[in-house]
Amino acid sequence: MTGLVALLTSILTITLRAGTSLIFGTVGEIYTERSGILNLGIEGMMLASAVTGFGVGYYSDSALLGLVVAACMGGLLAAVHAFLTVTMRANQVVSGLSITLFGTGLASFLGERLGPATNNHSLVGLIGPRFSPLVVPGLSQIPVLGALFRQDPLTYALYVLVPLAWYYLYRTRFGLNLRAVGESPLTADAMGVDVIRIRYLYTILGGMLVGVGGAHLSLAYAPGWTENLTGGRGWIVIALVIFAMWNPLRAVLGAILFGGINAVQFRLQAGGTTIASAYLNMLPYLITILVLVAMTWWEALSHRVGAPAALGVPYIREDK
Amino acid sequence: MPFKFRKRESVSRKAVLLVPLLSFAVSLLFGAIMLILSGADPVVTYLAMFGGAFGSTHGLSEVLVKSIPLILTGLSVAIAFRMRFWNIGAEGQLTMGAVAATGAALFWSQGWPSWTIMPLSIAAGCIAGGLWAGVPAILKATLNVDETLTTLMLNYVAVLYSEHLYYVTWRAPGRNSGTERIPQVAWLSRFLGRAHTGIFFGLALALVLWLIFRYTRWGFELKIIGSNATAARYMGINIARNIILTLLISGAISGLAGAVEVLGLTRSLQQGISVGYGYTAIIIAWMAQLDPLGVIFVAFLMAALLVGGDQIQMRMRLPASVGIVLQAMLLIPMLAGGLFRDYSLHWERPPKTDGVAGSMQADGMEAGGAED
Amino acid sequence: MTDGIRPLTVSAPVLRMRGITKRFPGVLANDRIDLDLYRGEVLALLGENGAGKSTLMNVLAGLYRPDAGTILLGETHVEIDSPRDAAELGIGMVHQNFMLVPTMTVAQNIVLGMPDLPIVPDLEEIHRQIEALSNRYGLLVDPQAYIWQLSVGEQQRVEILKLLYRGADILILDEPTAVLTPQEIEELGHVLAAVQAEGKSIIFITHKMGEVIAFSDRVCVLRQGRVVATKRTAETNPRELARLMVGREVLFQIEKAPADPGETLLVLRHVCADNDKGLPALRQLSLVVRRGEILGIAGVAGNGQRELAEVITGLRDIKTGEILINGRDRTSSSPLQMIESGVGHIPADRMGMGTVGNMAVADNLAMKSYRSPPLAEYGILRREKILRFARSLIEAFGISTPTPQTPVKFLSGGNIQKTILAREIDACASLLVAVYPSRGLDVGATEAVRRRLLEQRDAGRAVLLISEDLDELLTVADRIAVLYEGRVMGIVPTASADVETVGLLMSGSEAAELDGVTSAPSTVGAF
Repeated sequence: MTGLVALLTSILTITLRAGTSLIFGTVGEIYTERSGILNLGIEGMMLASAVTGFGVGYYSDSALLGLVVAACMGGLLAAVHAFLTVTMRANQVVSGLSITLFGTGLASFLGERLGPATNNHSLVGLIGPRFSPLVVPGLSQIPVLGALFRQDPLTYALYVLVPLAWYYLYRTRFGLNLRAVGESPLTADAMGVDVIRIRYLYTILGGMLVGVGGAHLSLAYAPGWTENLTGGRGWIVIALVIFAMWNPLRAVLGAILFGGINAVQFRLQAGGTTIASAYLNMLPYLITILVLVAMTWWEALSHRVGAPAALGVPYIREDK
Repeated sequence: MPFKFRKRESVSRKAVLLVPLLSFAVSLLFGAIMLILSGADPVVTYLAMFGGAFGSTHGLSEVLVKSIPLILTGLSVAIAFRMRFWNIGAEGQLTMGAVAATGAALFWSQGWPSWTIMPLSIAAGCIAGGLWAGVPAILKATLNVDETLTTLMLNYVAVLYSEHLYYVTWRAPGRNSGTERIPQVAWLSRFLGRAHTGIFFGLALALVLWLIFRYTRWGFELKIIGSNATAARYMGINIARNIILTLLISGAISGLAGAVEVLGLTRSLQQGISVGYGYTAIIIAWMAQLDPLGVIFVAFLMAALLVGGDQIQMRMRLPASVGIVLQAMLLIPMLAGGLFRDYSLHWERPPKTDGVAGSMQADGMEAGGAED
Repeated sequence: MTDGIRPLTVSAPVLRMRGITKRFPGVLANDRIDLDLYRGEVLALLGENGAGKSTLMNVLAGLYRPDAGTILLGETHVEIDSPRDAAELGIGMVHQNFMLVPTMTVAQNIVLGMPDLPIVPDLEEIHRQIEALSNRYGLLVDPQAYIWQLSVGEQQRVEILKLLYRGADILILDEPTAVLTPQEIEELGHVLAAVQAEGKSIIFITHKMGEVIAFSDRVCVLRQGRVVATKRTAETNPRELARLMVGREVLFQIEKAPADPGETLLVLRHVCADNDKGLPALRQLSLVVRRGEILGIAGVAGNGQRELAEVITGLRDIKTGEILINGRDRTSSSPLQMIESGVGHIPADRMGMGTVGNMAVADNLAMKSYRSPPLAEYGILRREKILRFARSLIEAFGISTPTPQTPVKFLSGGNIQKTILAREIDACASLLVAVYPSRGLDVGATEAVRRRLLEQRDAGRAVLLISEDLDELLTVADRIAVLYEGRVMGIVPTASADVETVGLLMSGSEAAELDGVTSAPSTVGAF
């Protein structure tokens, strides 16, 4: 019995740890998409943030400073996307992809260039500061759920951030404006809401949260830098947004599901299971596809589409 | 905002020509800033990249080697993008093409006459790539499942599968990774170093596709679907069938790219099959404005950037990813510049506001204020 | 001053617009327009489609920035750069396409974008305030309902409430009656009176003479972007207004030979179909169109017109019932099969469905006949033949385009519609389905479209004309079927039709209660 409890506790602990970057990214992308902007640049933004976060952390010996710079990096790349899609009305899919390509290349370049000369200018293999888990005395001893209280500060921050993100979106006037812009920018504009400003604002804010997600990878979850550190998490975030139906609370469910796959896989490998690791590693991607199919099917059946109606559509005011 | 975009009354030819050139300049400029910040001399770096790509037969040969998969995947992406199907799965389709071509050459063609191995192997690559794109296409056509994510997720699946094959299942005895060499009868012949005849597949396909897009009913339908899917349906075009058919072809071309890589270059399935050509292909297709002949040119340029990047890594110990960053930075100003084809930028003075009620009534009704 | 006519009160105008000029590429939409508005009056802004009424009001509402001109509110100059500026100045507009977010509630829509809204709005309090306003003006609507659950008439009430909630003193209504039944129009009249009684001013955009007379105190007539006259309503009459609006004595006098209906071409029997939201849009609908006649479909927008056209053209699946064309069963046919059966379709959405904007005029003209010789052989397009084909249609239909290779999106609205008309008439062998074919066109283009429809009829083809303009139906159609909630309420021969009867049918009255009207099912039985 105690063995099972210990196993479940450890799986939940790893699940939350693995899910943290996904939740940051998903909440960020939900805010971006709610304004009507689809940002497929998440993967590149996460990578670029992860490497700058780690690099700055390494030299300043401050994980916090690394985190801040990582968020700024995410915000900066998102600002480029906002400029391309909002002001220059570029295709959102292609623009997002170009951000991913740019971010990936930049991360790889910085990873080979920012490091100290002693390490051949590389950041790979270095040990820097990190956000370590803080075990809350007492609470962490609760069976299974104690896992909630053996996390790093960034995960703890989510306990506040996620409900707040939900409340802001559905209960405040800023949230009302944001949702209106994503559903019907023309209406929002006619009602005096500044569509362009809101799209910039939430694309950049979303990018900063994605940046925090990236920093969590290099400063907490898998401290350090390696090429392709994200392993496609940026893309899973985009699937999770759909899974969450653009609701920050549901994002947690999705992230736990995906984090859970990671955790189980981790346990199985540790236990020396014979299933080839390649097939286990494929699971998150295959499940993403299945989730997408199921969600699309369900939407078609219910006739109520959860996506912001103006998602992906540029807004042009005086154009006739 | 004093600046305002105004819709042009016809497409600007000047913008169509100038935007790519300016994009290239902007990309080099930003790349230079990045190089300076990281402590490298941009002029020396760029010269080394250029010299590395075009300064020797070896360099040129390597540019050709890299441009083969880039042309093919670029064409593959361009076909799908023409109907606004966002196939970003060329990487996975290429990988599956390589897997199937290797499998056909090594294992599945036993007992067949030896001259059939090469065509079988190529066909297997095309089929595998086609199927790998066909799954997202069917999901899109029947259930309207978003293709960006499905094609992308399948990339990871394909790459993991190929790794599993060359690390575990198909690993040649005595090697850490990689399969046995495929039989020599299946090899594509080489010229000028490592460049191989796979290039002719790319060139011929580009020409054929150019003709198809321009002169056939099917090309006409693709253009209508890509421009306005609602109108396409109204014109009686079967969109679902077109999606599936087009994506089978698109995937098959990426699969061909993978097959040709194996038969012409690596001659076995090994690490380095998937190095991101399928993603670069997206930049290529878009920069070529989805024109097949343009794809050849842009792919060649991108290959040169990659080879240049490799060269500076060897000679100057700078990361090869400089090439990749430059590639992505080419696309960003191109995307921004696309607007100038249909819009012009105007400096707009606000209308006159200094009149008072009295003076307005004195019949000062001429359209004072902004004239452009 | 351009108008020396003022209402009986001698107060100064609350609003003066002076010399307003607004250009769009190729169009001078407003040409030095002057306009005065007084406290507590209803001013009708009368003009044809394209006269510049909506543009002028969009300038006042802050959506468009004028190229020249000034606006005075009382004695102060105002700059209205955005709708928010307009709202702060007490100016609000109900647009023709409602500015509502479907996934939000009535209350959320009403408070959206208000600058003094608290960060966390107290919805309970807002609901109470809205209810109070509703009762005061007779605008009944549930503040907690979602917009997508409301009828068009209710949505319009939300729009008006939105303005009143924000304390607007100047209300602009853009063609408010286009979506209403005659009975709902009457209710709107009461609301306007209640608003007016509180000293607020209303600008009422319309092209319908009856409404000008019924609702307004003064009327300002626009033609081709200019003010042609401003009159006190009591001192003018419909005939004079019509002359001012159109610029000549009579509206349309299309000489029309009596119909000579031939064999039955299109039969719909008990057709049921859903709309995009999965709700029933057509309910047991039956009708018949014969060769050589124009069957008009009247009804308030949103009663199944769009779905009816889509069902006949194969764009929408039907759930039950059957469709026959030329006596052959065409139930559940694809759009292509319908095209091949000789069905032409002039869709309501010209740019969204009827044309491909970035493709050439020639390509657009060929889009229904490119599949077969002479335009294509063995799957290969014959470019030179397409060009020749396009040139002949461009000439025959008088399409004004720089070259056949010009992308369609650079043509004017009238020429885009002519392009569609040319293609569909050329490809149509038996039945032409025309949906709002003259909407938004100028007088000349409208007349051309209507003449073409009659030409088709006289050539022995069947025409189904869906229109929201009763005058158009009465002018062009031979019989008028009235749609209400997806049913045919009755069919009236145009010769004996009057606006009142059709209006009652449009509001859902049963045909059996009215004289001289055939109810739909028996008509089907007759064939």
